[in-house]
Amino acid sequence: MVKTSFCAMLNLSAKAMIKVENVSKTFGDFHALKNVSLEVLTGEKVVVCGPSGSGKSTLIRCINGLERHDEGLIEVADNRLTHTSSSLRAVRSSVGMVFQQFNLFPHLTVKQNLTLGPVRTRKLSQPDADKLAMAYLERVRIPEQADKFPRQLSGGQQQRVAIARSLCMEPQIMLFDEPTSALDPEMINEVLDVMSELAGSGMTMICVTHEMGFAKRVADTMVFMDHGEIVEKAPPEQFFSNPGTERCRDFLSKILAH
Amino acid sequence: MSFCRLAGLCCLTLLLTGCSGNWGWYVVDPTVPAGWINLKFLLSGLYYTLLLSFTAIVISIVIGLAVALPALSANRALRRFNRIYVELVRAVPILVLILWVYYGLPQMTGLSITVFWAGVIALALSDSAFEAEIFRAGIQSIDKGQYEAAHSISLSYTDMMMYVILPQAVRRILPALGNQLVYMLKMSSLVSVIGMQELTRKANELVVVEYRPLEIYTVLVLEYLVLILIVSAGVRWLERKLQSDQRG
Repeated sequence: MVKTSFCAMLNLSAKAMIKVENVSKTFGDFHALKNVSLEVLTGEKVVVCGPSGSGKSTLIRCINGLERHDEGLIEVADNRLTHTSSSLRAVRSSVGMVFQQFNLFPHLTVKQNLTLGPVRTRKLSQPDADKLAMAYLERVRIPEQADKFPRQLSGGQQQRVAIARSLCMEPQIMLFDEPTSALDPEMINEVLDVMSELAGSGMTMICVTHEMGFAKRVADTMVFMDHGEIVEKAPPEQFFSNPGTERCRDFLSKILAH
Repeated sequence: MSFCRLAGLCCLTLLLTGCSGNWGWYVVDPTVPAGWINLKFLLSGLYYTLLLSFTAIVISIVIGLAVALPALSANRALRRFNRIYVELVRAVPILVLILWVYYGLPQMTGLSITVFWAGVIALALSDSAFEAEIFRAGIQSIDKGQYEAAHSISLSYTDMMMYVILPQAVRRILPALGNQLVYMLKMSSLVSVIGMQELTRKANELVVVEYRPLEIYTVLVLEYLVLILIVSAGVRWLERKLQSDQRG
């Protein structure tokens, strides 16, 4: 009795935020994604891992339309992604993206980086956007850098600015494409801390990362990809203690070796 | 630094003057009333040289940008339009284009066209092909990540170009744009052939009256030299300013 009502409750709140169905993508002869299906619920944190070239990045780049999928269906916050400009805008307005190389705008100050999107696409007034930017800079703990240019900041600080820039668009979903891979080791934690805090706030997230400590702490679901396919999808406890496939076990033993 | 070079060149000119008995500087000597009038006459061409060059460069930058953007499109027809425009316009000598615009265009269209606008149109058209190539290279040199970041905050194409891509591209191509401005200032001398009252035309007219080509054309050379050194210094200043903007 208790269990059924709990399930009912779960069903009510657990709406699919992202739906990926039988998506394929090729680059020339290279099959980057083969018939990939994935559903991410509202508030769910998914960590995607796998060897390089396995299609992890391509998957999340397809979700916000940076890559055009060849086949299959992608639905984000009830908007179907069709690559018309209106569909792209609808999808991207609900999806934030953080890149491996930060991709901050080098000619703009930190604050201008944050306010450009809100002012131009969300039509906020400049003072409102400034307030919003400062609030998010507080949240990523670098409000004192607001008037500096990106290249004056460390890599970790730049990546936190990039996260704040995405958050300023007030997205429902955040995608992280190896956000710590370009960072010096001592800066990885400051970025992961910000991401963990964001996860705690209930944001729906998909993170492509090799930071397995972070994954264990934060993930609701682990996804392992290889050769353009989702090979394994499981809750972290099961994923790390008892991976179901040889390929996944092999991969984990390699990256968890030290 | 450019002014040291300029001073050096002036000294060299004066040195040459001293070595030769053929010079008659009286014709442009500012201490003599007749010479002063001649000098003022020569300098009065500066107004049209500047107006012509700056109007033409602004128009050519606008056309150049409009021609460069299709080159970056995924659409093949648009890219082809860019190639055809650049190849055709680049192939016509400026002097020929000036003559054609001034003498040919009115006959073809029935519109009358002033010397000034014929000059502006010819210079701007001719330069626009080069501007287009410069803009294309500049825009193509911007990292793909910048486009992706702009897309990820759902900027429209126009906003992405205006606020993200072009500001960075223009910083990179500023030296090349400066070159084009210098080139334009020099090429504006060709508009003298259709009677534009700019520096070269003024010098030509004075030579006919005074018959001292050596001194008058030497002054003309110095006029262009000073003008262009000042413009180059301005462009370099702007470059440094934009550079430091980025570093804060």
